[in-house]
Amino acid sequence: MENPHSATLTQEQGSSLWRDGWIRLCKNHMALFGLGVMVFFCVIALLTPWIAPYGYEQQDLQLGASPPSAAHWLGTDIFGRDMLTRIMYGSRVSLLVGFVATGVALVIGVLWGTVAGYAGGRVDAVMMRLVDILYALPFMIFIVLLMVVFGRNILLLFLAIGAVEWLTMARIVRGQVQNLRHQEFIEAAFSMGLSRWIIIRRHLIPNTLGPVIVYTTLTIPNVMLLEAFLSFLGLGIQPPQSSWGLLISHGVESMEEYPWLLIFPGLALSITLFALNFLGDGLRDALDPRASKD
Amino acid sequence: MPLLKMASVSILLSLLLMACGQGESNTASGNRQGILHLGNGTDPQELDPHIVTGVPEHNILTALLEGLVLKDPSTLEPIPGVATRWEISADGMRYRFYLRDDARWSNGDPVTAQDFAWSWWRALQPALGNQYAYMLFAIKNAEAYFRQELTDFSAVGINVVDDHTLEVELANPTPYFLQLLDHYSYFPLHRATIEKFGPPDQRGSLWTRPGNFVGNGPFSLTEWQLFKRVIVEKNPHYWDAENVSLNAIHFYPTENITTEERMFRSGQLHRTATVPIDKLAVYRREHPELLHTYPYLGNYFYRINTEVPHLSDKRVRRALAMSIDRDAIVQQVTKGDELPAYTFTPPDTLGYTAPDGFTYDPDRARALMAEAGYPGGEDFPVTELLFNTSEGHHKIAVAIQQMWYKELGIKVSLHNQDWKVFLNSVNGGNYGIARAGWIGDYVDPNTFLDMWITDGGNNRTGWSSARFDQLILEESPRAETREQRYRLMREAEALLLEDMPIIPIHIYTSKSLVNPAVKGLEPNILDYTLYKNLSLDNLSLDKKSAAELPD
Amino acid sequence: MLRFILSRLLQAIPVLLVVITVTFLLVRCAPGGPFSAEKAVPPEVVRALEAQYRLDQPIWQQYLSYLGDLAQGEFGPSFRYPGRSVNELIAGGLPITAELAFYAMLVAILIGVCAGVIAALRPNTPQDYLPMSAAMLGICMPSFLMGPLLVLVFGIWLEWLPVSGWGELAGDKVLPAITLGTGYAAYIARLSRGGMLEVMSQDYIRTARAKGLPERVVVLKHALRGGLIPVVAFLGPAFAGLLSGSFVVETIFQIPGLGRFYVQAAFNRDYTMILGTTVFFATLIVLFNLLADIIAVWINPKMRHQLSRSR
Repeated sequence: MENPHSATLTQEQGSSLWRDGWIRLCKNHMALFGLGVMVFFCVIALLTPWIAPYGYEQQDLQLGASPPSAAHWLGTDIFGRDMLTRIMYGSRVSLLVGFVATGVALVIGVLWGTVAGYAGGRVDAVMMRLVDILYALPFMIFIVLLMVVFGRNILLLFLAIGAVEWLTMARIVRGQVQNLRHQEFIEAAFSMGLSRWIIIRRHLIPNTLGPVIVYTTLTIPNVMLLEAFLSFLGLGIQPPQSSWGLLISHGVESMEEYPWLLIFPGLALSITLFALNFLGDGLRDALDPRASKD
Repeated sequence: MPLLKMASVSILLSLLLMACGQGESNTASGNRQGILHLGNGTDPQELDPHIVTGVPEHNILTALLEGLVLKDPSTLEPIPGVATRWEISADGMRYRFYLRDDARWSNGDPVTAQDFAWSWWRALQPALGNQYAYMLFAIKNAEAYFRQELTDFSAVGINVVDDHTLEVELANPTPYFLQLLDHYSYFPLHRATIEKFGPPDQRGSLWTRPGNFVGNGPFSLTEWQLFKRVIVEKNPHYWDAENVSLNAIHFYPTENITTEERMFRSGQLHRTATVPIDKLAVYRREHPELLHTYPYLGNYFYRINTEVPHLSDKRVRRALAMSIDRDAIVQQVTKGDELPAYTFTPPDTLGYTAPDGFTYDPDRARALMAEAGYPGGEDFPVTELLFNTSEGHHKIAVAIQQMWYKELGIKVSLHNQDWKVFLNSVNGGNYGIARAGWIGDYVDPNTFLDMWITDGGNNRTGWSSARFDQLILEESPRAETREQRYRLMREAEALLLEDMPIIPIHIYTSKSLVNPAVKGLEPNILDYTLYKNLSLDNLSLDKKSAAELPD
Repeated sequence: MLRFILSRLLQAIPVLLVVITVTFLLVRCAPGGPFSAEKAVPPEVVRALEAQYRLDQPIWQQYLSYLGDLAQGEFGPSFRYPGRSVNELIAGGLPITAELAFYAMLVAILIGVCAGVIAALRPNTPQDYLPMSAAMLGICMPSFLMGPLLVLVFGIWLEWLPVSGWGELAGDKVLPAITLGTGYAAYIARLSRGGMLEVMSQDYIRTARAKGLPERVVVLKHALRGGLIPVVAFLGPAFAGLLSGSFVVETIFQIPGLGRFYVQAAFNRDYTMILGTTVFFATLIVLFNLLADIIAVWINPKMRHQLSRSR
């Protein structure tokens, strides 16, 4: 089926897409800033056990909740635990969950959506009805069962989060692919006799990248907060460990009395999200296949 | 894009319609009209006293129904309810109640001795699934009838002498029997109404709905919307109606206690069911007059599974109990004036004082651990501390985890499970250490001690002591004087505290925020409210003082 | 088009059947029955309760009789609220949740589409960053934080609006609708910005511009249609999500809606209520996803061809 000429053509196009993208990304200062922040946060998270000022479980009940001071830069929580330390340890959990679970959702969702959208007809119907079924099952009961069968386990967290997050992704990608499939350049690729897989990989997936990247940057914060909810229910991390989501949800409870318990973890999460957002937008613009022709 | 325009116009309109500004607050209008607005915890499941089990339902039912006796809210001593007076036989086995002539149901029918006898018959119908049927087991043969070992109800010690005289024969002299009569399982029900809506032992028949419900309490049911509110209004047929000052009470389900506190602050509630931990310090500092706390007849404790090998050694259990700094927990974690608990029975339960159990003594605890073969916590297996999902339990567990680590060098892992899974684990003995709470059914040490008998349904620790069983089941029920009985109970509790299958942590407190307009509220260890004593002071909370409520 | 809708409705039957069966099995596997309580329940009582709710029958028999009831539109009695049927509970909660979801959707679409389109017109300028940063904040501000913050400001400090309730005090619907809507507004803003940018770079827009059409016409008449496809794909699941996911908002504002029933039924092991709400939401999800697909076809003429060709 494949004709050698067009294969080399698309290969060149493919590689130059990524290379051009990187060059364009480097020109986008906001995106670079976002990338820098993310790298910085990841490095801090990795080094936390060596650089954290206190132990994350170290209590001082007599001190209790205290506002920021020289000894505790970001204050302490009601057990007198250092907030800076807890936020640093929390970043390990939150970043890991955010990236891994989103990654899982991304891979499943994009593949599922692309195949369904591309295949159409009966295959599409079966695949999307399966998505409907998973949407409809009661999530709470699912969580309870997971906990009972497997106990507390961080891997389960990824499973539980991945199981819900890929569904919307699949729907979005499918809508996009369906839309693209009958555009001129795909029809043209067909008429050139390119194989299905190449069309999917070289043309469909790159062209759905825009919405996918946007949705991914939206999913990461959601996943981090979902982790807090699941941990609260007993599925995720085990106290006295912490995560940003847990710190925030505890902070909300006492936001009038001890605002620093909400503000600092909230800031950490917000900065991450803005950084991711800039990075995501930059990537989207950089990888836009049509922009490369300009 | 006409669609967009339409949408924007309609949303603006609906926002305008929705936001017409806030009118008078609930409490302000309530004070004027004599309507009390109460936060009532979780949503009531049902209003049938033979089906419900919770405190919120109890709060509503005591407004709708009235038993033979009431309690004086300040002393908790029995005072006349439907019965004007009663006689107790010398051996304490027979009670004779004289019912008042003017007691009426909310439809005007007279309340008679037959009504009580019929309701108690209904409470003992097994098909109804009454979880509190055991409250009636104080009556002779009631237990056998409920277990269907006896089919003839006339053998049960309930005897209607005439319309206004009721005689009750007990299984044992039960010094707290008069107290039981104020529990909703002993309330009278209107037979004709219940039978109108289905067989008497049918769960969930419609007789409890507003418009159908016929009660004999100071208030009658006028509205019941799930998750929204229950409204009761003054019952003109109530025998003491002229002394009922309130015209109505609105009960709001307030499962979210943070929201409840905000409702109180914005004048939507006169009284809250509880107070969020983080708000306690604020109110204590800025508005101590609004914050009411009082010891509550309940114990917050940990069960220890005595069948787990390393926890079967009582030295280990004692060491665990002795190394918890309860003062730090009640002051820094729970913050609600809870009393540190070193015994299981709350202090001064109608004259009963528990024996000295143990003290906070980390040095002794370390010594005990060393004796048991775990010096400095060495080789002590990681133990699981299980609690049901809740922020409050989580906080206490985190503090205790650290105390055990610091004092004994042992590692404890925290696990929380959703309520039903948690119950399943604890009932199945599938735990190491588990959080628990126990609220007394009545004011007597028995309600705290009889649960620890061997294989008792509420024991769940695997602990068993033949002497304890004998004291609770054989000797104390036959005691002739209160002093003698309490002495036997003390002996039993000393056994329990010596073996320590449980770790008492603190005695609960009832906590509430109360609007100063509410008068006649008296604190007591049951958090018991006699609604007919309450009134609202219209003058004390005008717009000015409403504005003084904290922001 | 009619055939497309009909076939999708037919597909809904196996979907619902699978959902019912799996849910039925899931809830029975979850430990802790509906009647367990802190105080031990005597075995006589447990037996009486199980008999009353047919739980003493073999599970396949329970399943079949449940399906039979369902075929007649009966969800059965609630275990948690003894006097209530699940039908009655859903009928009571649905109008409230639907109204809340409707207002929230209006808030979300209005704010989201406006912010997204405005941002997409001048990408990478302050006109882009400002609404998008706000959208980002809206996303990372979960409703369990947004709700209390709004309550604190508008309910307690300014005393403009009530802090809780639904349809009791004037204006008590405003804060819940905004709280629930903003999270979705943020999503819609991001999706519509992305979609618009995608479309604005396409050839037919360049053609339209080249023809000298005014920018307003280009954007509103040509670009918006294609640019909002990702949004439309999102709306179906979003509305179903709004209905079933209003739990947090309903809890914060003490609203007697379906979202709370749905979650609390799971915690209470109220078997019939879990099944009832799940079946109900499954139906909604199927319908709204279908609706979203129909709208997507209606917006995109190319796909209309595709449909007529593939059937």
